[in-house]
Amino acid sequence: MDTKRFEITRRAALMTSAAIAANVINPMRAFAQETPRKGGVFFVHYGAEQRQLNPSLQASTGVYIIGGKIQENLVDLDANGQSVGVLAESWEASPDGKTITFKLRKGVTWHDGKPFTSADVQFTAMNMWKKILNYGTTLQLFLTAVDTPDPLTAVFRYERPMPLNLLLRALPDLGYVSAKHLYENGDIRQNPHNLAPVGTGPFKFVQYERGQYIIAERNPNYWRPNAPYLDRIVWRVITDRSAAAAQMEAGQLHYSPFSGLTISDMARLAKDKRFIVSTKGNEGNARTNTIEFNFRRKEISDIRVRRAIAHAINVPFFIENFLGDFAKIGTGPIPSTSTDFYPGPDTPQYPYDKALATKLLDEAGFKKGADGTRFSLRLLPAPWGEDVSLWATFVQQALGEVGIKVDIVRNDGGGFLRQVYNDWNFDLATGWHQYRSDPAVSTTVWYRSGQPKGAPWTNQWGWQDPAVDKVIDDAATELDPVKRKALYAEFVKRVNTELPLWMPIEQIFVTVISAKARNHSNTPRWGSSSWHDLWLAE
Amino acid sequence: MRILSLAGRRLAASIPTLILILIGVFLLLQFAPGDTVDAMMAQMGGGDAATARQLRQFYGLDLSVPAQLGNYLWRLVRFDLGFSSIYGKPVATVIAERLPPTILLMTASLSFAFFFGLVFGVIAARGVNKWPDTIISTLGLIFYATPSFWFGLMAIVVFSVYLQWLPPGGFEDIGLVQTGIWRTLDIAQHLILPTLTLGLIFLAIYLRIMRASMLEVLNLDFVRTARAKGLDETRVIVRHVLRNALLPMVTLIGLQAGTMLGGSVVVESVFSLPGLGRLAYESVVQRDLNTLLGIIFVSALVVIAVNFVVDILYARLDPRISTEA
Repeated sequence: MDTKRFEITRRAALMTSAAIAANVINPMRAFAQETPRKGGVFFVHYGAEQRQLNPSLQASTGVYIIGGKIQENLVDLDANGQSVGVLAESWEASPDGKTITFKLRKGVTWHDGKPFTSADVQFTAMNMWKKILNYGTTLQLFLTAVDTPDPLTAVFRYERPMPLNLLLRALPDLGYVSAKHLYENGDIRQNPHNLAPVGTGPFKFVQYERGQYIIAERNPNYWRPNAPYLDRIVWRVITDRSAAAAQMEAGQLHYSPFSGLTISDMARLAKDKRFIVSTKGNEGNARTNTIEFNFRRKEISDIRVRRAIAHAINVPFFIENFLGDFAKIGTGPIPSTSTDFYPGPDTPQYPYDKALATKLLDEAGFKKGADGTRFSLRLLPAPWGEDVSLWATFVQQALGEVGIKVDIVRNDGGGFLRQVYNDWNFDLATGWHQYRSDPAVSTTVWYRSGQPKGAPWTNQWGWQDPAVDKVIDDAATELDPVKRKALYAEFVKRVNTELPLWMPIEQIFVTVISAKARNHSNTPRWGSSSWHDLWLAE
Repeated sequence: MRILSLAGRRLAASIPTLILILIGVFLLLQFAPGDTVDAMMAQMGGGDAATARQLRQFYGLDLSVPAQLGNYLWRLVRFDLGFSSIYGKPVATVIAERLPPTILLMTASLSFAFFFGLVFGVIAARGVNKWPDTIISTLGLIFYATPSFWFGLMAIVVFSVYLQWLPPGGFEDIGLVQTGIWRTLDIAQHLILPTLTLGLIFLAIYLRIMRASMLEVLNLDFVRTARAKGLDETRVIVRHVLRNALLPMVTLIGLQAGTMLGGSVVVESVFSLPGLGRLAYESVVQRDLNTLLGIIFVSALVVIAVNFVVDILYARLDPRISTEA
């Protein structure tokens, strides 16, 4: 690899990463003793408007960042990543794992004054989570009924055993409750409350001006005592990342969530005392960068070629020079932030080894032609994130070195999903795999065979392995947490050996927030959480 | 009455063009991979095949392409622009909400570019090849060659971040609830930077055209006559030269009204203005066909209207061109 051309970037990255590290180590300067201040307006950067704001209907950070303050989930995660009750106070599973009972919180009311009861949970689970919510439909596939013996008890009945820890890890994202009395009549998808949400949360929806802003104000009847602190939250719609950085500096924004600014702006603001730039509070939103292989290409269906491709790419070099402290080397589909399931780095890995890559390609019988090229591949990068675009170019150059010519084909979001997951019109694809607390939520679908054609972010590679399918199915219904972890370790070992897709980089979203904010980034999914304890210092 | 019938004829003549454009865009978008449900999946971060099938039905995407096109045109005949899939509202409502900022921005920047282009063009032409001309022409070239997003960002950095004189973006102040004159002033303040950014590029063009056209008219016989009969220089310039030199400028307004609607995409994104340009961009990315076609329809109407006004202005400026012709 020609290192000269990266010289400047590397130096810049090293300098800025030192600055970021300084901030990460000391994000909460000594303000433990301060008394929380009531009042203030918190301004949030909102980069991509969604079609609706109800988190019971759409699981994505773009919805949680707003809907998650207005509506609440049954359970959330506490500072240590453990399950903590929100609308549910306690839970219990039957020994056969087919019945899970939630005791609900007493005295909670919707923003319109009606009481919150188990009927709301029943309605939401059966009509939204099971039928409409993305990933919820898969999670609740075997949910047969929710019984409501009294207004504060909801009993979930499953056809097959549902591991309690899987449900509890999934519910922070996939467990937001909507009001039955507002949704029971008419088409749920077209309900006007989808754009003017009504919930039980610390903030009440006020106004949504499309393309401009969304406003929510303090809920005076919130069930947590003395919460929330803020008077209002205002989300400003700013699509241009550089403009958002300028607005942060001009004091028009307090918070830009989920890596909403450019890498260079984040590095620059990290040196500014007015801001904190950190990955803290986003541990629950880990993602990995992928290389997805299309087995319909005969060259790629040869495992030596897939391994050669992995060996040919210098991942540490890429991370050091382009992503700095915002990323680390990935070891497989389960990221190291997932302490309950991470099997350790002791699974088959593919360190950078150009000689080995060349040898594998030669062995596979793909000799270099007169022009030094063995064969050529079309690489489709996903359009989200600067890192994917940089990574695609890096892969192109690295593979060129071992005689594989790569043509990069760029698409927008809809085009990328259609070409890769529906039309299979790719040789290599690269994007993000989002890990959602438990491998059964959105990770194993990348490997399990039998995925319907066109389902995005699933196994559309033309690859299947009965052993992997079996381990995935067993783990999804295994009730013993220790055995489940062992099954997923087996799964990672197996897919890292076969390499139907490769996940060599692990990333966590970066938060840029005003140094005046207090009690921020204090849970693993803080950007999505309710912000009932967030306050602004003078 | 004469003007009305002219307007009617103009509109009738542009209907075939309009329909061709709409059909063309409709078919072009069919070639783009992915539909609005794919775009929605991309935004949601995943979903299963059954959901996708339901959504396709919901948005009417399960019909064949000719059937969809037929439906669209039939609705258009009844002045129904359809339903926007990203906004969940009728397209006409969505566009009506987004039109005012764009029209405001367009009018402001066109007026700015026209007025200063005229003034600087005249100054440059009067001092041709002397220092005012050199300075004005060089500045014009710089403005013309600089990309507008860069201009916009630099304007924000200088005037909002460092000097803190003007707001860095948005259409109005959200923190305060304002009414009447204060709200107008607030919006005006928010529009200063976007107007300058969009206007500077066009200013360069107007300036060059005005300068060239002034120089041409200054050499014509009637100017020599005017001078010969003893008129002072200002009178010669204003009464005789300017009026004739203005014609190409007016033509340019008509031509550029369309360009400006397009150019505003960048400026609206940088300054977070809720305008038509950003809406168009979003509709392409989200494959929201109805909204996009609606925007094209409305933009075409705006361009036709502007050109109609330009034609009338021609007649006022130069009596030899009559509206009858």
